[in-house]
Amino acid sequence: MRSSLTSANREGWAFALPGIVLIFAFIITPFILAFGFSLTNQRLISPNPTRYVGLENYQQMLGLAFVTLDAKQDPNGKVATDPSGHPEFPPLRTITRNADTPQYRGMQEWFRWETGTQAHLVIARDVVFWKALVNTCLFVLIVAPVQAGLALGLALLINQKLRGITLFRTIYFMPVVVSIVVVSLLWRFIYDGHDGLLNNMLAGLSFGHFHPVDWLGNPHTALGSIMVMSIWQAVGFHMVIWLSGLQTISPTLYEAAAIEGSSSWQTFRYVTWPGLRHTAVLVLIVITMQSFALFSQIDVMTKGGPLDSTQTLVFQAVQRGYGLQDIAGGSTISVILFVIVLSISLLQRWLTRER
Amino acid sequence: MAAIRADNHRLRLAVRYLVLILIAAIFIFPLMFMVMSSFKPSDQLLSDTSSLRAFLPVGDLSLHNYMGAFERAPVGLFVVNSIFVTSTTVLLSLLVCSLAGFSFVFLQWRGRDVMLSIVLATLIVPFETIAIPLLLEVSKLPWLGLSGLEWGWLDSYRVQIIPWIADGLTIFLFVQYFKGLPEELIEAARVEGASWLQIYLRVVLPLSGPVIATAAILKFLVMYNQYLWPLIVVQQEQYRPVMVGLQYFFQLSPAWGEIMAYLTLITVPVLAFYLALQRAFIASIATTGVKG
Repeated sequence: MRSSLTSANREGWAFALPGIVLIFAFIITPFILAFGFSLTNQRLISPNPTRYVGLENYQQMLGLAFVTLDAKQDPNGKVATDPSGHPEFPPLRTITRNADTPQYRGMQEWFRWETGTQAHLVIARDVVFWKALVNTCLFVLIVAPVQAGLALGLALLINQKLRGITLFRTIYFMPVVVSIVVVSLLWRFIYDGHDGLLNNMLAGLSFGHFHPVDWLGNPHTALGSIMVMSIWQAVGFHMVIWLSGLQTISPTLYEAAAIEGSSSWQTFRYVTWPGLRHTAVLVLIVITMQSFALFSQIDVMTKGGPLDSTQTLVFQAVQRGYGLQDIAGGSTISVILFVIVLSISLLQRWLTRER
Repeated sequence: MAAIRADNHRLRLAVRYLVLILIAAIFIFPLMFMVMSSFKPSDQLLSDTSSLRAFLPVGDLSLHNYMGAFERAPVGLFVVNSIFVTSTTVLLSLLVCSLAGFSFVFLQWRGRDVMLSIVLATLIVPFETIAIPLLLEVSKLPWLGLSGLEWGWLDSYRVQIIPWIADGLTIFLFVQYFKGLPEELIEAARVEGASWLQIYLRVVLPLSGPVIATAAILKFLVMYNQYLWPLIVVQQEQYRPVMVGLQYFFQLSPAWGEIMAYLTLITVPVLAFYLALQRAFIASIATTGVKG
């Protein structure tokens, strides 16, 4: 790169060595260890020696099957029904504890749907893992576009030439410097089912017509509530990244658009947006990576509950690796998480590549 | 005609400001609620939530919650721990990463380009995916301390500091910045017989104010807000940082007044720091956006 400079092998290594050693010791080594541990039964503290188990952890984690149960029949061949006329199905253990179907041994129901006299069940070896995986993906799929979109909207607002605009920029960015742990505890009170700020505010605004909701205690609202709070905390971060992208667009392009008499939507569509391609890729990759790492909010607000509705991959990895001292299980989840994050960022790069 | 246009213009301006102010309220109200509540007795704190009083310094204000928080937990110790761990890591990180960046940009050595690619590749590894194996690794590492050789880094300051000193992003920031410095300066110093260390100290560092500020702010935010890592490697109260100290306030019927006092106490210094240096804070986040 700088051929005019003399070569300085020893000094070059000496200057870079502390950084390189630390990165190898504390990023690359544990990264490789994660793959290694996921193929063993490693525990944090264990009297038994560690053993190589191949892909057993992955089979245990990812094992999934689809089964159909026929409704119970009485001796005359009529479908048995409960008092409300709903067909009765045999319990799942007739399959999972049956010597004829050893492949389903130990599996549990994840979810089911019924068609007439048949019930279709998806059963898994590790139901909590699958719930965590689905919740994490749901979180990413909703938070990434919504947060990126809102951040772009804020950036466009803040990019106006108005007196005092930096004051608003300062305020919008403020939650970013506040720890997500602090924010989570604060919002636990805001979302509280009894005296929560949100319930009381909504009751006041609707003159008492609003029925209080236990936002974090209800499996239907818990994950959504955490999404809203997470967006509130981080949207300022991405607003600033969009803003730096907006400011790289040449003002002459806007002048040209103004002379052509283009509407503000046309200006956005044909001048602003094409200039933001690189920023868009970056914002999406960063939000995706941050969203997949969802942990602190869960640990402070719900611990994965209620009814596993807020379990996430990182929370499960920590709960197993640290709480249950099952380093192998935690590492397996970590590897799965890494593979997902890597494929998605490659996919995003490929989808938004220069054509 | 002109008067109508001026009125129209004023109306649109008013609408714009109204939108800006409403959005600002969304961001600032929860934080105002936190600060105001920290001064209110618990029953008033709860009853105020049904009106705008929740965001205002009204009623029976006192420092009782703060005293309660200090009684419940060794808050002072947690703050000192966090400040020590954060400042040490930031300083060491600036030193180690700027030296590495300097070497990657200005010196020629065998294996340099491969090493740089490896360092940059670590940017795609989220910390959360290596936390568990790293936990096992540090629990077995040796340490030569005042009391001789010991094994295991758990429950210490070093376990909170050393793994966080070097990272791909900080090295990348220095590399990008150093590439923009005029090469002639370095060559002139070489011709005059300056050593590489002298060039680093006397020529490059004095020109690196902006990148040092950026790297320091980003590292500061990461370190002060640490939660997952100290949660799993620190069991003893003695080494606990502020965010993990929050657990002293989790219980079945939380004392919200004390919680708000603790939250305010650990957040307001950072907010003050941010407000004082907001230009530098925002610029440092914006710089991370250049890497695309």
